Formats: sequence, structure tokens, C-alpha cells
Amino acid sequence: MNSDIVLEAKSVSKFFGTITALDNVNLKITKGEVLGVVGDNGAGKSTLMKVLSGLYKPSEGSLYFSGDKVILNSPRDSQNLGLEMVYQDLALAGNLPIGDNIFLGREPIKKIGPFNFLDHKKRKKLTEKHLEKLKINVQSADQKVEELSGGQRQAVAIARATAFNAKIVIMDEPTAALAVKEVGKVLDLILNLKNLGVSVIVISHRMDDIFTVCDRVMALFQGTNFAESMLKDTSRNEVIGWIMGKKD
Amino acid sequence: MDKNQESTFIKLIPFFEKYGILLLILIMVTVLHLLQPDVFLSWRNVTNIFKQVSWQSMLALGVFMVIVTAGIDLSVGSIVMLSLMGLAIASKAGLPWYVVMLVAPAVGFLCGLFNGLGITLLRMPHPFIMTLGTLYIFRGVGNLISGGVPITGFADQIRVIGNGKIKLESILGEGAREYIPTSLILMIVIFFLFWIFLNHTRIGKWIYAIGGNPGAARAAGINVDRILVIVYTLCGFLAGIGGLILAGRTNSAYPNAGLQSELDAIAAVIIGGASFFGGRGTVLGVFAGVMIMGILRNGLNLMNVSVFWQQVLIGSIIILAVYIDVLRRQLSTRN
Repeated sequence: MNSDIVLEAKSVSKFFGTITALDNVNLKITKGEVLGVVGDNGAGKSTLMKVLSGLYKPSEGSLYFSGDKVILNSPRDSQNLGLEMVYQDLALAGNLPIGDNIFLGREPIKKIGPFNFLDHKKRKKLTEKHLEKLKINVQSADQKVEELSGGQRQAVAIARATAFNAKIVIMDEPTAALAVKEVGKVLDLILNLKNLGVSVIVISHRMDDIFTVCDRVMALFQGTNFAESMLKDTSRNEVIGWIMGKKD
Repeated sequence: MDKNQESTFIKLIPFFEKYGILLLILIMVTVLHLLQPDVFLSWRNVTNIFKQVSWQSMLALGVFMVIVTAGIDLSVGSIVMLSLMGLAIASKAGLPWYVVMLVAPAVGFLCGLFNGLGITLLRMPHPFIMTLGTLYIFRGVGNLISGGVPITGFADQIRVIGNGKIKLESILGEGAREYIPTSLILMIVIFFLFWIFLNHTRIGKWIYAIGGNPGAARAAGINVDRILVIVYTLCGFLAGIGGLILAGRTNSAYPNAGLQSELDAIAAVIIGGASFFGGRGTVLGVFAGVMIMGILRNGLNLMNVSVFWQQVLIGSIIILAVYIDVLRRQLSTRN
């Protein structure tokens, strides 16, 4: 066994009534690895990610964070273990500045007497430091998110997910809503995270994304592990075949 | 418009967004001063304006917070009436004045809590519906407990908040008749406290976040329902304080108290630059909105303009203010 495994799902099944959404699915990811997860609509990608993030409890099977078996009761639990989700709809508040979005719900505070007040200076400093670390270029940390382009918003969403030393980031279709010229920036950002030692799970329909950033790709088909390969040992056509349930 | 002009124009937007409304007040004051040089800026008239807006400003501040969450509270006028009736009945029952004074804010608090719990627990499709319901319920209850007749005559201590005067004899010399209304001081203190609450605390930040994108707030682990209950409760509490001020001003609790004042509150909030779509607006803007309504009414009264024209003017200003909001969103949102 590889001791670098940061997250592992063993024989996870998930039933909704009589429907089997996941059937004995296995997944593992090592430190600094980018794993692509592909599959058709209804293949179980989203359900698997929701199990990993603690939104759903697996009906069978178990999860291991850095080798330790864990039971997740809510996304808060997985966040505390260093797993963050970047949602497809971005989950940003457009009326708030970048820094406020990154720290929403976890704002730095200072105590004055018995009261807690927002520490605006500290938030600004942390935001600038973090954006710099991820090489995200924006005019200012005080810029409102609604003034940003789609790619910049995605970058802010990723910055938000990684602001608290995330070890694993799950991204659901990170380039789906982006203009072509912005896709590259987001993919660069994923590679940046990898270089910082963060493990990334990318769900994507776009073969370009998968073949640009991933180290390994796994395909789900009708709720089961269908195929898996290191990226260098496979081809686009083969992966597209997997999505459609075809194997040579 | 060429590119350069356009960009200067866009650069000016944040400036006008922040201070444009104060500029508008300045213009109004100047014009009215020129039209009524002896009266308008007299101490007596200025304190009069502040006394008039003080209780309405409480409603506007509460409704403002609700509107920031992209909600609405139509019941604040009825909350004023019910808390006023509660106060009157407590006063008539002979309770000590400090208890009687607490009754109005307490009734307001409970009404707001009722709204908040109704909206979240009953999963109302929109706060409009819950607070439209309580608009009728609260006024109905107020009439039930009072028998539908006015209750008049409160102790002086109770009236201090709405009618108290801080004499300036010690500053302006013996025999000076100038004074500062207690209600003005109360208004400034409360606006300052809520400015701190909305801009410098986590819950304040979350209120704006909910208005911007409730989904994002939830994903950030914020208990949106809990924050909404807090917001509606505070709104009711402020309306209760409005009732307390009104008790002092009128020395009477009457069935029509606060009638339609919810609409004035909403108007002041919108004129003050808050967006009906939620997530946008400032406490200073609300203050300005309240002042604009107050100055406009006062000025038009001084000029003997008919109350019907006042209605037409205020309505036009609301539409204009929202149209400016629409234009601003178009210009400042890149998509």
C-alpha cells in the first residue's frame, strides 16, 4: 500500500430506495495527484463526490482519510479533515468583495471587550497572500465578485476552497461555464494546486481538461468502477469509449 | 459616448453610489432654504423634521435589513400599532413606568420573531405573504385588546423617549429656547449601533451574503434560517421602539397608528439606494432616504403644496430611485 494515499473510498455503495446509485465503488487519491473522474450523466459521479464530502452517508463501505477510517456526518466534518468542494454553480455572493467570499463563514475576527468584530485588515492581508500563492491575478482583493469574469470567479471559488489548508479539492465541471481563453487559466490553477501538494479530483466532460491536468483517470458506468488508467497509458478515444460503456 | 468618456463615467459611479444621496439632500436643503429663508432652517423647524422622522426611521432601518436579505416586511406599521396598544394597556393597568416602556419593544420583538419563525418554519414561498398576513393579524389583535378605541394619557417618564427635550440653556445662555429632541439622540445612537452590527460583525456580513446568494451562504456553512429569524426579529424590535417614540409624541394609542407607515419605510429604504434584489445598501443610505422623505414632506407643507401633490412627488421619486438602481446594475455588472 502507498502511504501517500490521502483519501480512499472502499467498496462504497449508495442506495436510494430501490435505486442503486453506487455499487461497490473504490476510489483513492495520493498527495499532489490530480484524478479525473469521467462518466455519463447518471453514472454516479455526483453521488460519489457527495459521499466523499459527507453530504450523503454511504449505505455500505467506508472512507479513509490519510489511512484513518472516518464517518462523515456533514460537509463540515470533511472540511475539518481538509476536503473542500468547488461547486458547479460557484457558490459565491456576487455583491461581496473577493476577500469576503473567500472567508465567508470563517471570517477572521478580533475581540473588543466581550464582542467579536470582523478583522477587516487581517482578512485583506490573508486574501492578498493567498491569491498571490495561487498566482491569481485580480485588480484588488476588495473587488466585488460580480465585476469579475467567469474565469476569475472560478479562480475565486477555488481560492475559497483552498484558503484553509485543504489537502483535497473536488471540482465539479470547473471549466463548464467558461470562455475558451479562460479555461487555460483555470487549468493552470489546478496544476498550481498540484505543485503545492494539494490533491485534486476533477469531474469533467471535457477531454481537453482531463488530458491537460490529470495524472490518472477513472470512469464510472452505471454506478460501478468501469475502468481506470494512468493518463499516459490511455487515449482520448479510449476514455470516451469508457464513458459510453465500451471497453476493448 | 466614446470609450474615454464612458470609463470616466463608470469611475464616477462608486462615488455617486456613496455620496450622491447626500448631495441630493444638500440640494434639497439649499433650495428649500432659498424658498423659505426665515422658516426652513430655523431651529424649531429642523427639530420638528427630526421629531417627525425619528419613529419612521426605526421602521425604515428594520425594513432595510430585511430588504438586504432580499425579503420584505409589510407588517411593521401594524407592529407599531400593536406595541403602542400593548404599552397603553400596561400603562392603564398601572404598571411602573419602566415596565411600561419595555412593553413596546418587547411586543415588537415578539411580533418580529413570529414573522421570522413563520417565514422559515412554515417555508412560506415569500416573506411578502407571511408579513401581509401579519399586517392584518397584528392590527386586528391591537384592536381586540384595546376594544378599538384610543387610549390616551401616559406618564411623563414614558413620554421622554418621544417627547423629551434636552435644553441647551447651559450652552446658549439663560433663557434660550433651543433644545435637542431626545428622539433625535436615540435615532443617532440606534443607527450607529446597527451600522456597527451590519458592517463589523459576522452576522452583519452574513445578512449581506444571504441577500447576494443564499446558496453561497448555505454552502459556507451559514445557518440561513437562523439569520433570517434574527433579521425579522430585529425589524420587529425596531418597529416596537418606533411605537415607543410615537407614544411619547402623541400621548395616545389609537387604532390607526402606523397605518401605511410600512410603505413609507420601504420607500425610504429604496430612495436610500438599497436594492430590492437584496445584498445592497447602506445604513447611511437609509438615514438619507428617511431624511429625504421627511424634508420633502416638511418643505412641501411649508410651501402649502397640497398633500395630493406630495403623494405624486414621493411616488415619482421612488420610481426614479429604482430606475437609477437598474441603470447602475447594468453598468457595473460585467457579464
